[in-house]
Amino acid sequence: MSSEKPTLKQRFDRWMIKHGRVLVIGIPYLWLFLFFLVPFLIVLKISFSMAEYAQPPYTSLFSWIEEGVTITLNFGNYLFLLSDSLYATAYLNSIRIAAISTVITLLIGYPMAYGIARAQGSMRSVLLMLVILPFWTSFLIRVYAWIGILDREGLINAFLLWTGIISEPLIMRQTEFAVYVGIVYTYLPFMILPLYSTLEKMDISLVEAALDLGCKPWQAFAKVTLPLSMPGILAGSLLVFIPAVGEFVIPELLGGPNTLMIGRTLWNEFFANRDWPIASAVAIAMLIFLVVPIMWFQHIQTKQEEGQQ
Amino acid sequence: MSNKRSTFLLSALVFGFAFLYVPILLVIIYSFNEGKLVTVWAGFSTKWYVSLFSNDGMIDAAWNSLRIGVMSATLALALGTPAGLVMSRFGRFKGRTLFSGMIAAPLVMPEVITGLSLLLLFVTLEQMIGWPAGRGLSTITIAHTTFCAAYVAVVVQSRLSGMDISVEEAAMDLGAKPAKIFFVITLPMILPALVAGWLLSFTLSLDDLVIASFVAGPGSTTLPMKVFSSVRLGVSPEINALATLIILAVSVMIVIASAMILRSERMRSRASAGADA
Amino acid sequence: MLVSEAALEDVHEDVHKTQPWNNPDAVPYIRFENVTKKFGDFYAVDDVSLDVYRHELFALLGGSGCGKTTLLRMLAGFEEPTSGKIYIDGVDMAGVPAYERPTNMMFQSYALFPHMSVEQNVAFGLVQDGVSRSEIKQQVAEMLGLVQMTKFAKRKPHQLSGGQRQRVALARSLIKRPKVLLLDEPLGALDKKLREQTQFELVNIQEKVGTTFVMVTHDQEEAMTMASRIAVMNEGVINQTGTPFELYEYPNSRYTANFLGQVNLIEGVLVDDDEKYAVIKSDEAGCDIYIDHAVQGHQGMTFWVALRPERLRITKEEPKETKYNCLSGKVEEIGYLGGISTYHVRLASGKRIKVTEPNSTRQIEPRYTWEDTVWVSWEAGAASVLSK
Ligand SMILES: Nc1ncnc2c1ncn2[C@@H]1O[C@H](COP(=O)(O)OP(=O)(O)O)[C@@H](O)[C@H]1O
Ligand SMILES: [Mg+2]
Repeated sequence: MSSEKPTLKQRFDRWMIKHGRVLVIGIPYLWLFLFFLVPFLIVLKISFSMAEYAQPPYTSLFSWIEEGVTITLNFGNYLFLLSDSLYATAYLNSIRIAAISTVITLLIGYPMAYGIARAQGSMRSVLLMLVILPFWTSFLIRVYAWIGILDREGLINAFLLWTGIISEPLIMRQTEFAVYVGIVYTYLPFMILPLYSTLEKMDISLVEAALDLGCKPWQAFAKVTLPLSMPGILAGSLLVFIPAVGEFVIPELLGGPNTLMIGRTLWNEFFANRDWPIASAVAIAMLIFLVVPIMWFQHIQTKQEEGQQ
Repeated sequence: MSNKRSTFLLSALVFGFAFLYVPILLVIIYSFNEGKLVTVWAGFSTKWYVSLFSNDGMIDAAWNSLRIGVMSATLALALGTPAGLVMSRFGRFKGRTLFSGMIAAPLVMPEVITGLSLLLLFVTLEQMIGWPAGRGLSTITIAHTTFCAAYVAVVVQSRLSGMDISVEEAAMDLGAKPAKIFFVITLPMILPALVAGWLLSFTLSLDDLVIASFVAGPGSTTLPMKVFSSVRLGVSPEINALATLIILAVSVMIVIASAMILRSERMRSRASAGADA
Repeated sequence: MLVSEAALEDVHEDVHKTQPWNNPDAVPYIRFENVTKKFGDFYAVDDVSLDVYRHELFALLGGSGCGKTTLLRMLAGFEEPTSGKIYIDGVDMAGVPAYERPTNMMFQSYALFPHMSVEQNVAFGLVQDGVSRSEIKQQVAEMLGLVQMTKFAKRKPHQLSGGQRQRVALARSLIKRPKVLLLDEPLGALDKKLREQTQFELVNIQEKVGTTFVMVTHDQEEAMTMASRIAVMNEGVINQTGTPFELYEYPNSRYTANFLGQVNLIEGVLVDDDEKYAVIKSDEAGCDIYIDHAVQGHQGMTFWVALRPERLRITKEEPKETKYNCLSGKVEEIGYLGGISTYHVRLASGKRIKVTEPNSTRQIEPRYTWEDTVWVSWEAGAASVLSK
């Protein structure tokens, strides 16, 4: 019996048992490695080259001279970023705008998440769905909706002029204010969802126990609810802050020509100036700043998953 | 005391939802406005829908976007499902930290960075091995698949970690081999998550402007790119009409999907509520 | 009358058949050899050796977190031992995956497949083995009959009550006729009444199918009612293995004595030691304790005398013999449970002794009341002497 040659199926089964694990890990691993990680290395490489009128428009780092390869590292792009205050301003602006928007989002999102988590049964599902719904509709269109509202000839101005509160239209679009509105509006669901999921898991009797032991309601909130919802606060804040730093669409559509943000700078370097090496250097500089928050986010994500198991 | 609190919560909810929905409602209302100005109501009309559907550029772009969306959502599902499975069921292995990093990072990575880096990858690959020859629908699909796969992985992973692992162990105990367990037990149980993951990927792909702008080639204009170029100039009633259609489609989809998820959720919680004799 | 040699032989053979653990020639069906399981630096199971014989209903008993489930999961193949060997029916199980082991498991959470009907759940194991359809159909029907679930064949798990799910899980794990059935807290999710009823049903089913059962439980009553033998576990180590009778009557440690039933432990020092008797002097007791058998140990060594509350006599009058085995104290607490009463007696040393007494006749008023001075005494044979 055992001397018989195994059938094709048996051989396949055996092979699968031996190598299946490697295969299942390997395929997504390779894909992400090739299309997510390797590109950053290329960006890094090109940030060290020089712009050139060519296709593609940058010099090669490696050149074959006689019988050797020489590598020409060019730090010029980074020096240029440091020397031109435009870039520094854009960075600081981005971080400031992202941070302030995150705080505002948190202040609006927390009570909402709390209210949803404390709602009863089917009401809760409905409210949750209402939060998720805009999250599924087009981001671009949600930003666009505010153009009509904040514009010089927009709804708010029309209304205020009609009531006579103002006699001159307010400039709201193409200001930093509009950028805040846009970021808070589009990223609000990203804040509410993680907050909701930690608040929902929290046992209401913990708060009751605190009240029972003599805490005033606000003390119970500060000493029990708030610390326990910290993972949600952090996850939500990072989910808003990190992409907001690199945001392009919102400052482009709602911000003014003076609203410098780094994502917009990168876009312009790339599309308008066709300076790929500078654009790469801008990306790398942004990434260096974002590495810590991204790793923090991953850490929270992993911890949460392990907590569930 | 608690009355004060619930008043506060209630007003927070009312204000919050008003903030979320008023702009959307306005867009919907003005899509039926006869006139071109936002501020003036010139009577009910569906003419912007008619003009939207006769805009060939818009239709072509929508068609491109749909094709890319279906392709990349499907590919993302195929890649993200094993990735989520690996994260929640495969224990420790070499390179796990990097793997989990590559799944978490695309969720928050600013789009300009992802877009630029992928473009440079494609250019470099083309120089080195001649593939991909030029850029177009396929490069956009690859780009979208990559970040959508991360979303699918997270959705699948969180579904799996909420699932009792002993159900899969029971199948193994009864003689099912790992691959069989996955297809006969795990897959049906995470089906709602897979549906959600696919839909999420599809909408993310349909919605993406920045990454697509970087990796698109001539003739592969997607709907968001088209919308962006017309919106840049200000309010456009045609875009209002398009927005209304998108919102309608999404709402229908969400309602169906959440009803489905709610049902299976109820089944699951009932099945795991042990000792109710 | 003399018993014939042949009859004695018969008795022996019978004992060897029903109590294979007393037969030195019997071959164990399951064997753990110095099995250790570490999670990181933590020893969940620490150098366990254990034999289980064919047709036994063997219980692993211990508190939560003592490693019972881990031991069971190593047997099922879900965890690999860090060191040591496991044999089932003489075959080394190292490297044999769970899906090829001759064991089946009934999970604590039942782990029914939520998307399959009762029928499909039960059939699952046979489908994996490629058994023919008609055969599957017949066996499933038979199994559902055995667990009295025929009526519910078409239902999904979420349409069943806890007790019904438990039956389906049992049927599903029995249908492949495993050599060993593993049960992890099989009745843990049921309420008390249903649990007691199900205990006997499980034992009946086990007797009917004759499969070897290894069961995990933290409930000593459940283990005593159901098991042929019990291993008492504590912190990854097996404390004692034996029949319920042996464990209750002859515990080898304070841990076992405490874990199975209730016990009074009185500390004392060995002062007199003979082949036939021993005397332990105890300050706690305030009297000397006479033991009617020899004690392993030397004079001056500390021992604990274990006294079951129901083996103690409580009287208002001073007994005639007060030199040995006679304590005196005040009634501190009374618990009237109907069938029995329990008394807590505080001795002069401050030690509290628990006594239970059956209320075998109807009384006009309780026999004892608080602060009554009483005497507590016992037969010399009632005590066990423990050295650890
Ligand atoms: N996969 C695991 N990883 C780490 N520790 C574990 C794992 N499984 C069990 N343990 C630990 O081993 C100990 C014994 O667990 P278990 O066998 O489940 O106990 P029980 O006797 O309650 O069934 C516990 O302290 C538990 O925390
Ligand atoms: Mg256990």
